[in-house]
Amino acid sequence: MDKNVFVADSYDVIVVGAGHAGVEAALAAARIGCRTLLATLSMDNIAMMPCNPSVGGPAKGHLVRELDALGGEMGVNADKTCIQFRMLNTGKGPAVHALRAQADKKLYQFTMKKTCENTENLDVKQILIDKLLLEGDKVKGVQVETGEIYEAKAVIMATGTYLKGRIIIGEHTYTGGPNGQRAAMKFSDSLLAAGIRLMRFKTGTPARVDARTLDYDKMEIQPGDEACRNFSFMSDETTREQIPCWLTYTNEKTHKILRDNMHRAPMANGIIEGIGPRYCPSIETKILRFPDKERHQLFLEPEGLNTNEVYVQGMSTSMPMDVQLEFLRTIPGLEHAKVMRAGYAIEYDCIDPTQLKPTLEFKDIHGFFSAGQANGTSGYEEAAGQGIIAGINAAMFVKGEEPLVLKRSDAYLGVLIDDLVTKGTSEPYRIMTSRAEYRLLLRQDNADQRLTPMGRRVGLVTDERWERFTKKQAAIQQAMEYLKKNSINPTQEIKDKLAAAGIEPIRNATSFYELLRRPDVDYAKLQAVFNLPELAPEVQQQVEISITYEGYIKKQLEQVEHMEKLEEKLLPENLDYNQVPSLRDEGREKLAKIRPRSVGQASRISGVSPADISVLLVWLEQQRRIQEKKEG
Amino acid sequence: MQQGDTISAIATAQGEGGIGIIRISGIKAIETADKIFWAASGKKLAEYETQRAVFGHIVDEQEEVVDEAMVLLMRAPHSYTREDVVELQCHGGLMPLRKTLALTWQAGARPAERGEFTKRAFLNGRMDLSQAQAVMDVISAKTERSLKMATGHLSGHFSAGIRAMRHSILGQIAHLEAAIDFPEDEVDDVVMYEVENNVVDIRNQIKKLLKTAQTGRILKDGLMTAIVGKPNVGKSSLLNALLREERAIVTDIPGTTRDSIEEYANVGGVPLRIIDTAGIRATDDLVEQIGVDKARSYVNQASLVLALFDASRELTAEDEEIFSLIEGREAIVLLNKSDLQPVLTEEMLQAKTAAPVLVISTVTEHGLDNLADAIRQKVYDGGLDAGDEGAFVNDERQAEILRQADAHLTAALRTIDAQLGLDFISIDLRSAWEKLGELTGETVGEDIINEIFSKFCIGK
Repeated sequence: MDKNVFVADSYDVIVVGAGHAGVEAALAAARIGCRTLLATLSMDNIAMMPCNPSVGGPAKGHLVRELDALGGEMGVNADKTCIQFRMLNTGKGPAVHALRAQADKKLYQFTMKKTCENTENLDVKQILIDKLLLEGDKVKGVQVETGEIYEAKAVIMATGTYLKGRIIIGEHTYTGGPNGQRAAMKFSDSLLAAGIRLMRFKTGTPARVDARTLDYDKMEIQPGDEACRNFSFMSDETTREQIPCWLTYTNEKTHKILRDNMHRAPMANGIIEGIGPRYCPSIETKILRFPDKERHQLFLEPEGLNTNEVYVQGMSTSMPMDVQLEFLRTIPGLEHAKVMRAGYAIEYDCIDPTQLKPTLEFKDIHGFFSAGQANGTSGYEEAAGQGIIAGINAAMFVKGEEPLVLKRSDAYLGVLIDDLVTKGTSEPYRIMTSRAEYRLLLRQDNADQRLTPMGRRVGLVTDERWERFTKKQAAIQQAMEYLKKNSINPTQEIKDKLAAAGIEPIRNATSFYELLRRPDVDYAKLQAVFNLPELAPEVQQQVEISITYEGYIKKQLEQVEHMEKLEEKLLPENLDYNQVPSLRDEGREKLAKIRPRSVGQASRISGVSPADISVLLVWLEQQRRIQEKKEG
Repeated sequence: MQQGDTISAIATAQGEGGIGIIRISGIKAIETADKIFWAASGKKLAEYETQRAVFGHIVDEQEEVVDEAMVLLMRAPHSYTREDVVELQCHGGLMPLRKTLALTWQAGARPAERGEFTKRAFLNGRMDLSQAQAVMDVISAKTERSLKMATGHLSGHFSAGIRAMRHSILGQIAHLEAAIDFPEDEVDDVVMYEVENNVVDIRNQIKKLLKTAQTGRILKDGLMTAIVGKPNVGKSSLLNALLREERAIVTDIPGTTRDSIEEYANVGGVPLRIIDTAGIRATDDLVEQIGVDKARSYVNQASLVLALFDASRELTAEDEEIFSLIEGREAIVLLNKSDLQPVLTEEMLQAKTAAPVLVISTVTEHGLDNLADAIRQKVYDGGLDAGDEGAFVNDERQAEILRQADAHLTAALRTIDAQLGLDFISIDLRSAWEKLGELTGETVGEDIINEIFSKFCIGK
């Protein structure tokens, strides 16, 4: 017996990897009350942001608000450590308003580290995991590279881009994780041995330049919003020091250098084999795919308050160093730029996410979950969102309670996970608002209403948050009732008041509620001339949105209701689709591969026809009645 | 499981039997029927108890009577599907039946899928367990067949036209979505009047297609045609002349009214479905008086009226009644017996009617070519050639889908007008795009996202 191999400890939940998915998973499991181990290969790099410094944006900001409502940490942590906030899309409808922040990367990381280290039930250890340990189709624990074993009832892999990670800078490549870290070279093999299908994906990051060498006079300033904004429902920050970003553009000279060196691009010469994302193309890809574009924009984003490193957004590249240096200097403001870190591409193993249930547990291995970039996604927010769901469901698994599955009509998180497990992905998946069919319901301003009760159910929402939430809900309810109950009549006095407020006259007795339905009327306008109750800004916002867009919201709610029945019809996990007669061959094959959790999920699998769904419904009813007969 | 929505379809095989039945099933079946059915008693169906038969009329949105009908009301669970079911037994034949079906859709039902009534019946426990297999077979077989039929019905021009519209809408959606999802990328600003022009353009195309609905339906089912005129004016001879060339393809089929026979005549490539050919023969042969009442009932059923007048005799009171009958109708006035010494002229008749007047002789067959041309022109609205494999809408379902897509586009224009924002416009455009996809059987998939990435340079 190898002396190095011994059981070092036993946990309820072990999380492999402490990136954005891993920390949320570990915090959720520990906060729910599970004894949890968070394994990282570097204590110095917990919640590291290896790519851009920003958090949020369209759909991504929505995800942050959602995971905050469930009781997650990303929103709170971003509010504590971000150095610029902007609400994007304010000229568009309320559903696509999106909060985006620039983090102080190191501050973000160390603040998150402190939170993890001080969370009850949570141990953080620097260990590199080599092996997943199974007992039949059940998870048993993990084994560290040095031999010791940690046992667990549930294991969550949140391995990011570290599995067989390979860094590519031009013609130079080496194995490793982001930012000079180690890669996990053995864990993938133990996944393969467990029968798990893997994919090879690629992503990249641009160079960082020295702030002292930039000529800001030649760039446009991009300041944060004047109003102080927060991601978290619990954050009360009202003032914050903000640092601007800067905007500049590439030009014909830049493009010529890139074109002349295209044969040296790793994606052209075959060095990169992994599949990269379309929304995050390298600068060389952009020039190839959009040859008519005369310029591409670049944002210069500071990486923190205590560093001169500046992130060059829009400049992701894996070109050789000499090319990188040469083309950077063609850009206005960057003529004398010194590169502090080179841009690079990274290739890594991830799993095919269609092997997962919507709970993020593997269909074939009890107690084994997966979250984050390891599931084929990209982005800190996407990772964190999956992390909290995996953490919650691992905890529910340990406690033998009902898992949390968010529907597409509940949250972007539901859309993200449903897309992954139902359709899979052929490139690193990014969330977008256009992926959601009920976008009007999934607003960033109502994430608390949608998800706080669910977070409360699983035990992640603190009493403090719950009290604050119920108070807000009561205030909204009260305001709505007031506005419905109180009317004005077309008397001369009222007519004058309306005219003074610039509101079209009324003909009959009209409630304030009805008045607010007019597109040109808002609460402030009414309040200016009528004696209306003072509302908290967030209450007023909810009242206005739900009244102004009532028609649209109602339409989407009806669509949701229609789908709901299919979502609620659960399919047995071990259903043998060969036993279901009359399915078409393609439908049968796809159903057997995905093994959907509900008829609703089944209906979204490509290749499953409406007729297959009808057949399935009839068959389920038949089985139910046979069962009933047996029992009765 | 009580389904959330309400479905309707024609429940009788088409072209069989004198009565056409439309079945409506679902939570809103009674509410839907009440919107289009006026009971003779003046009461609403909602006021009746279950298992009642109620007589009355089907009325359209202009409150005009479409048909008379006997309505059977069956409240859940006392029905075939165990949901609320209303059956409209319509008397007026295929055209009013189709119109009535379309009315049920406008009133809140949706077209039933193949086998859907049976599926609901089973899911709601109506059928025996042993029938489950049969139900599943019916669903898959019927769906396969209807798919084949549906795609078979789509002419190349039609589906190409729909695809082009969808592609154009998709381009707009992708632009809106790119602007929403990548506000800081270099996506060109969405120019509202461009979106507006595009939507208006597609609406015009839909309108054009909808106009062909009539043509498509006629080419498929035949143009309901009445031949009217006083006794001995030559109705029977005209009928025989029309039928003669195409004798081989004439079939006797039971008509839409129980006591009459229809026959098909192919005139200039347009199938005419001539009403009550038996009646025409009988009255002319026996030199019986054909009552104006009967003529009126023919005219009401017909999409085209051929009104015959005798050139060799003065106009009579009966002739005058025929003129008043065809007022405002699609009609062609035929001045027959041009082979005899004329008393009436073309001009004299033209002065009395807005319908085109043609001089013919059923004996010499003079002028029958002109009649064929006139019919063809009416059918194709002057805009289409009979030889052209044009894009036709050829059933009520297609027309309904086009109308719904058009409604979504109209909503998009209203949204643009109200300045509600890109994401609201996108909702309406997506609905229109998905609707049109039902015509070509294309699924949603990743199309929008693919389009965004292929058109816009996006990324960090």
